[in-house]
Amino acid sequence: MDITNLSAAKLLDLLNKKQISSVDIASAYLNRIESLDDKIKAFIHLDPEDVLKKAEKLKDSDSKLKGLPIAIKDNFCVKGQLTTCASNILAGFKPPYSATVIEKLENDGALIMGKVNMDEFAFGSSCETSCYGPTHNPWNLDCAPGGSSGGSAASVAARLAPWALGSDTGGSIRQPASLCGIVGLKPTYGLVSRYGLIAFASSLDQIGPFTQDITDSALLMNIISGHDPKDSTSVNTKTLDYLAGLNADIKGLKIGIPKEYFIEGIDSDVRDKVEQAIEIFKKAGAIVEPISLPHTEYAVATYYIVAPSEASSNLARFDGVQYGLRVKDGEKVNDSALIDMYMKTRGKGFGAEAKRRILLGTYALSSGYYDAYYLKALKVRTKITDDFNQAFKKYDCIITPTSPTKAFKLNEKTNDPLAMYLSDIFTISANLSGIPAISIPCGFTQDNLPVGLQILGKAFDEQMLFKVGHAYQQLTDWHTRVPEGCK
Amino acid sequence: MKYETVIGLEVHVQLDTNSKAFCGCSTEFGAPANTHTCPVCLGMPGSLPVLNEKFLKHSIRVALAIDCTVANFIKFDRKHYFYPDLPKDYQISQYDKPLASNGYLDINLDGQTKRIRILRAHMEEDAGKLIHTPTASLVDYNRTGTPLLEIVTEPDLSSADETYAYLTQLKSILEYLEVSDCDMEKGSLRCDANVSIRPVGQKELGTKTELKNMNSFKGVRDALNYEIKRQEKQLDSGNPIIQETRLWDEAKQKTFSMRTKEEAHDYRYFPDPDLVPFTVDSLTIENIRKDLPELPQAKKVRLTAEYALSNYDAAVISADKHLGLYFEQAAKQYNNPKHICNWLMGDIMNYLNTNNIPAIKLKDLLPAKKLTAMLELIDQDIISGKIAKKIFPEIIATGKEASAIIKEQNLSQISDTSELESIIRQVIAENDTVVEEFKSGKDKALMFLVGQVMRKTRGKANPQMVNAIIKEQISSS
Repeated sequence: MDITNLSAAKLLDLLNKKQISSVDIASAYLNRIESLDDKIKAFIHLDPEDVLKKAEKLKDSDSKLKGLPIAIKDNFCVKGQLTTCASNILAGFKPPYSATVIEKLENDGALIMGKVNMDEFAFGSSCETSCYGPTHNPWNLDCAPGGSSGGSAASVAARLAPWALGSDTGGSIRQPASLCGIVGLKPTYGLVSRYGLIAFASSLDQIGPFTQDITDSALLMNIISGHDPKDSTSVNTKTLDYLAGLNADIKGLKIGIPKEYFIEGIDSDVRDKVEQAIEIFKKAGAIVEPISLPHTEYAVATYYIVAPSEASSNLARFDGVQYGLRVKDGEKVNDSALIDMYMKTRGKGFGAEAKRRILLGTYALSSGYYDAYYLKALKVRTKITDDFNQAFKKYDCIITPTSPTKAFKLNEKTNDPLAMYLSDIFTISANLSGIPAISIPCGFTQDNLPVGLQILGKAFDEQMLFKVGHAYQQLTDWHTRVPEGCK
Repeated sequence: MKYETVIGLEVHVQLDTNSKAFCGCSTEFGAPANTHTCPVCLGMPGSLPVLNEKFLKHSIRVALAIDCTVANFIKFDRKHYFYPDLPKDYQISQYDKPLASNGYLDINLDGQTKRIRILRAHMEEDAGKLIHTPTASLVDYNRTGTPLLEIVTEPDLSSADETYAYLTQLKSILEYLEVSDCDMEKGSLRCDANVSIRPVGQKELGTKTELKNMNSFKGVRDALNYEIKRQEKQLDSGNPIIQETRLWDEAKQKTFSMRTKEEAHDYRYFPDPDLVPFTVDSLTIENIRKDLPELPQAKKVRLTAEYALSNYDAAVISADKHLGLYFEQAAKQYNNPKHICNWLMGDIMNYLNTNNIPAIKLKDLLPAKKLTAMLELIDQDIISGKIAKKIFPEIIATGKEASAIIKEQNLSQISDTSELESIIRQVIAENDTVVEEFKSGKDKALMFLVGQVMRKTRGKANPQMVNAIIKEQISSS
């Protein structure tokens, strides 16, 4: 039995039956990481000895997860463990506290394996802006895994971890999940506490699971969702069992297909696979109809005002005073020793994309520009949300491609920020409007790269996404495929 | 040229909550550096603020007490600037939608009442404290995140004295509300002043300077007086006023330029996405209003009506919440309020001021019951007012009743006619010339003779009786 080829739910089943132990699982994954991660480079902070020690401790635990391991994106604070957001400016930073979701996981007996790679501060769609260098797509090592949660997606796709956590600000869970052929959910804004997630854009960030299938996604949501008094934006709704109702029939369900998401420039392979998937839903008895979300074309522009504005504010604190990098030696750039330290620390600590976004955001929030940019963007954001509200009056969910393209080559877009930004063109709207959206694998291109299908639902209706996704996974086996080099 | 002064004030009040504005850390003053901190007030990556409900309630209390309109839509903004005492490099504040607006406060100066309009009051968090050593600059984050209410006036103040009166009145209200200890030395009340002058009669305002770094009300008054003179000299000699921030140097009694307008920050305000805007319903606001205590102005009016105190006395006694409480406590037990008032306004205030004791301590030092017991001894001619003045510090120091001290030191007043008559006879015999002077109509001579009797009786003689007996003995001699 190859432990690493099993889903989290199956591993849990074996743990519950005491057929395997947390140590067996940890060792199996560590061995696999040892043999494969030199090529994939998903993990950036991993201490195998520590993992084994934790596995030993959890061996006879009667907790819910019994030492089942999980990979964590490097922007989650884990007490006493390196947490760098893949940025030089947080070099050596070990937070004095853990994120709420980390506490929830640990309380339920999860084993925090280590930290996986990401675009610096989640700024990117390819995992290439990481100060540790890129992660490689397990389906084709010359390709990017997508981003920003590229390490999370690659680690699950290559079966280096049974599941992983990531964060999604404009598509950072769904796009890499799509490009790596796994399941990635961005829950409704406010459903999962952001406390301890190092903020990129506070009004858009949401934590979510990377899993092999829908069942695992529902299982992980049962653990990480719920109100947190430490996060004012966390919503106090009743807790749901996301595993319940997975098998419900989708017959008669109304699915909308927005025409704005099948535009020119989308890969023909991607379009074909998504259209084939839609046919499967029709066959299963769903009512599929074309719809329009008229403000879709403004989503990217709106996002690139709102997100950098909030980022420029959130990243102000990385100033060399309390933690992380401090540069005070070298050539003086300012007469004031303090400003000199600020400038050199931030100059050296942030990468090019981080600087670009800080500049964009600083400009947009500047006195005299605020109304024209940020305020305007907020108004358009409302329009985009209204589009969805209208659509969900008639439809149970909306289906689109997750990303307009399959996985692209490493370095292909690094010199063209705009082309990179367009990689999130189909995922951004869900963040702007706060609604949940999931990406599930729906086939492969001719050159054997995965294609992802996005299902969007009403706020707090994750159950709908799971039901629809699970129905699809009962009729297809795309989600069971493992990259050739990782078998 | 003759100028007139225009002053607007920004007062930062630390609100007296147990925990900080957006986290659970203690707000206690004077703890060892960086012991009252947590990931939230340290601005650690990933941490998030959660509003302290008491902070909001205290703020609304103040807003209502200064007759502001309370916004029912509450939102917070981020104000950005880089400084080591600001761990997030932005301050959570309120920008375009302050908690409160359009209020006023009436001040009394030289018997005149003047209304000072309040432009706005908004909630924000305090910064930390920098400590500079010869080799390094250190930061103490204990104060970081302490709740502040910034109260901004319209430019309605026209002198340093009015400003002083405004601050005193505001402090008095805040103390009545029990929302702040208002201690400027501890920094729980801080004040920045915008000041400009213009030739009398000119409509448009002159260029203003902003004064900072005053750490007492007196400091504010001195700084303003200095700055007004500086601006006058500047204009008189044909030089312009530069719009700038100036720091008050208490030791040198001067203001110094800190930064000019060109160096001013662009704070890049925007709504804090970590704090969801919310509404406060009018019922909550009305409940807070109902819960407001009697405020100094109302108390003053009541004291004049109920106890027949003069306007001046009532104003002084009601200005300090604890003095007012003490007065009414004493008046309950003793039915000559004017007598209590005289003592409070005289010896007691004097004692408190000389020894730098806040009025709140008075009830412990000299319980009202002890004061009224002493006043009764005066009324009953058991001691004179003079003896009372002498023993009242002893009552405070020893905690003993006046009657006990009198007994121990044999201080009861001599009201025995025969005893007094024999002493007075002696005095008259020893002071022939003075007696003649009195006879020739010099009133002062009588005072001298009374004084001699007092000396012989160590002040214990009943002064009214002494007066009468001297007159009687001289006229019958």
